[in-house]
Amino acid sequence: MTTTDTTDLPFNATGFYRLLADKKLMGCRSHSSGVLYLPPRPYCPVSGAADLRWEPLSGRGTLTAFTVIKVPPSHMVAVGYGRDRPYACGVVALDEGPSISAQLFGFDVDDPASIAIGTAVRAVFFERDVDGESRTLLGFEPVAE
Amino acid sequence: MTPRKLSRGVAVVGAGMSGFGAFPGLSTRDLFVDAFLDMRRSIDQGLDPATIEALYLGNFSSSAFEGQGFIAPLTADAVGLLPKPSTRVENACASGGTAVREAMIAVASGLYDVVLAGGIEKQTDLPIARVTDVLATASDTQYEGPAGFTFPGLFGALATAYMDRYGATPEAFMRVAIKNHDNGAVNPRAQFGKRIDDIMAAKRAAAERKGRTIPDWADELEFLADDRANPVIAWPMRLFDCSPVSDGAACVLVVAAELAAQFTDSPLHIVGYGQASAGAAHDRADLTSLSATRDAASQAYAVSGLGPADIDLAEVHDCFTIAEIMATEDLGFFDAGRGWAAATDGATGRDGAIPINTSGGLKSKGHPVGATGVAQVVEVWKQLRGEAGDRQVPGNPSLGLTHNLGGSGQACVVHIFQRRS
Repeated sequence: MTTTDTTDLPFNATGFYRLLADKKLMGCRSHSSGVLYLPPRPYCPVSGAADLRWEPLSGRGTLTAFTVIKVPPSHMVAVGYGRDRPYACGVVALDEGPSISAQLFGFDVDDPASIAIGTAVRAVFFERDVDGESRTLLGFEPVAE
Repeated sequence: MTPRKLSRGVAVVGAGMSGFGAFPGLSTRDLFVDAFLDMRRSIDQGLDPATIEALYLGNFSSSAFEGQGFIAPLTADAVGLLPKPSTRVENACASGGTAVREAMIAVASGLYDVVLAGGIEKQTDLPIARVTDVLATASDTQYEGPAGFTFPGLFGALATAYMDRYGATPEAFMRVAIKNHDNGAVNPRAQFGKRIDDIMAAKRAAAERKGRTIPDWADELEFLADDRANPVIAWPMRLFDCSPVSDGAACVLVVAAELAAQFTDSPLHIVGYGQASAGAAHDRADLTSLSATRDAASQAYAVSGLGPADIDLAEVHDCFTIAEIMATEDLGFFDAGRGWAAATDGATGRDGAIPINTSGGLKSKGHPVGATGVAQVVEVWKQLRGEAGDRQVPGNPSLGLTHNLGGSGQACVVHIFQRRS
């Protein structure tokens, strides 16, 4: 893991994905309200202040909802997914509190009924070609028992 | 905070829609003309179109679907409304309901007396993959997009959360599809004018004609559980759990209540109204219920002094079958976790305790996105005036509710309509 200088990172999707590129999952916390945000926000709606600081997250969480996509959008078809190669995605509640949408790996997509809500998961970082450019994205996989 | 009431009563005095379906060669403007003419025919005392003072037009994405942005003035021109003000209203799948609400507020403000609320969408010119992409722009493209979510996927995820919490099975979703196809089969404007068993019979006949093995489904549930006949789109949502890709238009004439008698002896008074917003799915505390529906409904009930038990019938936003089940709970017709059993035991049928989606719903009537919320009002108009033909709800209903949802629950508009004579 490299050290990322967060000084000038915007508290938004640009900052989030730049941190992912360094294999870091980070949220941001409002100094005045103490609320932790993931996805990051440049403004805390609770306190009404723009006083955010980046904060590392453990990447540990539990699966709260999922689906297995058999008819993908074009950007997923472009990287090889389709009816014969479905994938799972879902919502994960992180141990620190906030939830995030992400692709899921290591689940049996041919038997979706076997996928259990409440499964303990951990963050993985993976590369995907987006418009000819490789981007680091966030995924989750089951924690080995 | 107690929601405020409109300072002036508002009523619907006419309602019409185009057919819903796939109409090659017809643009949204053409379809809107059909809806406009249908609306004019519905006005008992006739309508001088020159009395219409403004147009609010629900539309999700004519820019992407038909390469035509800035659609409101062109649509106003098509039905002879120039130079009256016309405004496009975009709130994803809730665009139509929001247009009705904006028209209502405009009349209640006193600025206008007679306003047209419409909705349009033309989806079938694009290949299905592009349609999926355009619809996906109504999700959170910064986070849900990279995760790989589609709209069937988002509702599939809501469905897995619901199933896990309440023990619901996919059979409940199938029951919603069967019921809505039954209703759509007796709605001449519906995209799918067929019951599921009619579709099964057609598939058997086609197999026989082609000399193939004739499928031996015992009943509709077996057909709907067949991976080949009803493939999974996004688990647990299968093809027949999803509303179709549709073209269509609808409009309603919204007027000051004190002027309603000039148009009809049986206006529908808008007695309940509510609208709410919510975050992306991952920003919501609970995925088994939609807070925007609960918030919009509680406003509509509060201003009307009515409760869910008073409502005679409802058109709810069944973009996916799970969405109908969740809506019937969030609107208060059933307790949390009981909607799936209610769907299974027939409580939402035309002769059930609370008839839901007598039009066939989005599932069978069709879901031309921006038109959907307006077309829901068209069905309530017909039902409350006893003009719904073979699908007429018995018992002389006088209170109808519409529930129009945007995205995976980020927007919701609820209206309650009352016929008083």
